[in-house]
Parts: sequence; structure tokens; C-alpha cells
Amino acid sequence: MPVQVNLPTVLRPQAGGDRSVAVEGATVGEVLTALVAQYPGMTGQVIDDSGSLHKFVNVYLNDDDVRYLSGVDTAVGATDELSILPAVAGGAFGPGAPRRP
Amino acid sequence: MLTLPRAVHDHMVAHCLVGLPDEACGLLGGDLDTGRATTCYPTRNLAASAKLYTVDPKEHLRADRDAETAGGSIIGVFHSHTHTDAYPSPTDVAQAPDPSWHYVLVSLRDTEPVVRSYRIVDGAIEEEPVHLLGR
Repeated sequence: MPVQVNLPTVLRPQAGGDRSVAVEGATVGEVLTALVAQYPGMTGQVIDDSGSLHKFVNVYLNDDDVRYLSGVDTAVGATDELSILPAVAGGAFGPGAPRRP
Repeated sequence: MLTLPRAVHDHMVAHCLVGLPDEACGLLGGDLDTGRATTCYPTRNLAASAKLYTVDPKEHLRADRDAETAGGSIIGVFHSHTHTDAYPSPTDVAQAPDPSWHYVLVSLRDTEPVVRSYRIVDGAIEEEPVHLLGR
């Protein structure tokens, strides 16, 4: 059964502009692998070469971050929704104070 | 260009001031095509640091759903620099997640907060005009 996957704006161009797509899979990992197979432009942006979640991506099964469930092994069903969002971080950091060039 | 209604601008700056001495952060909802922000979503800074910020992912999910339900999307992120210019740091550039977003910096170094907006594409920083709507 396909699972609905909600895409962040940064990945939508790779899926023809769609906000969400339907992808087959019984686990988070299977769904994300199938997603990338379906839209090869997402290669390297969602899962890494070893099949783990990309470091700068957060994936939610309905309301829950899958890293706090069973990660890519988390089971998904037809009534579930997966949402992919970028991790958003940064900051002034370090003593080399950024200044207008 | 980023268009900011005065209420959105003030909400953003107020959240940054309340967050002192740490950096504060949040997301902007609106229309990606026109660059008009309609909603400020203040978020927790999970890094709880004066030099780093991490948008709380759960709050990001809520903001994203709210913006999408309103027919728009998240169009950018804002954060404060507490002691430096309103200019993206190497950390900001390295971690910029989306080339279509607006990256807003609020500098609290001086008495008056300074708000500037940038596009960050493939590591290149370009400042863009901020159009304030209303008084």
C-alpha cells in the first residue's frame, strides 16, 4: 500500500513540483529508498549511501520524529503520513566574528 | 525581495529580544513565489547558545503544517546575531537548507535591532531588499 510522503520545498522540484507523493514501502527506510528510486534527483538528499537518514533531514511519521521511534526500521501503514523537513540550524559561531565584507 | 508586514517584522524582532542572551530563531510562512511573509513562527533554539541556533524540529513540523494549510509554505528562517553584524556566518551558509528560502538576520549588537535578508544559493550570499508593509 502506498504511503503519503510530504516533501519540503527544497525537494519539490525533483518531484515535478508536487507537495506530496505516494510511495510504496512497509518501513520508513523502504519508503525513502523507493522515493529516491522514483525521483533520482533526490539521491544523497534524504538517505545516505548506507541507507541511514541524511544528517540534515528530519523525518516524521505523522507527528513523531522517526529518530525517536525505530529510525529507518520504523513500520509504516497505508493510513500513515511521512513528512520530510530540512534540519534548520546555524549561528554566528566562533570568535571570527562575521562582518559585512 | 522579501516583503514583511510590520506585524510580522515586529513579532520576529520581539522574539529575538526575548531570547537574549542566546540567539533566537524562527520560521517565516508565506508565499514563496512573491516572497511575501504572512506569518512569523517563533521557535525554540534547541542549541540554547549565544553563538548557535537549531530550530526545534517539532515546532518546525507544526509551523510547516500551519503554513501549508493556509495555502502557502515556509519561505525562510530568521535568527539573531547577538554580538555581530546582520550578515550570514560561515555556519549559516554551510547549513542553509533551501536555495528558495529567505535567510533573515536580526543583529542585536547595537541599540536598534538591524534586520537584513539574504538569498544563499550554492554557498553564495546575496543580500536582498526588505520591503516593510505598514507602519
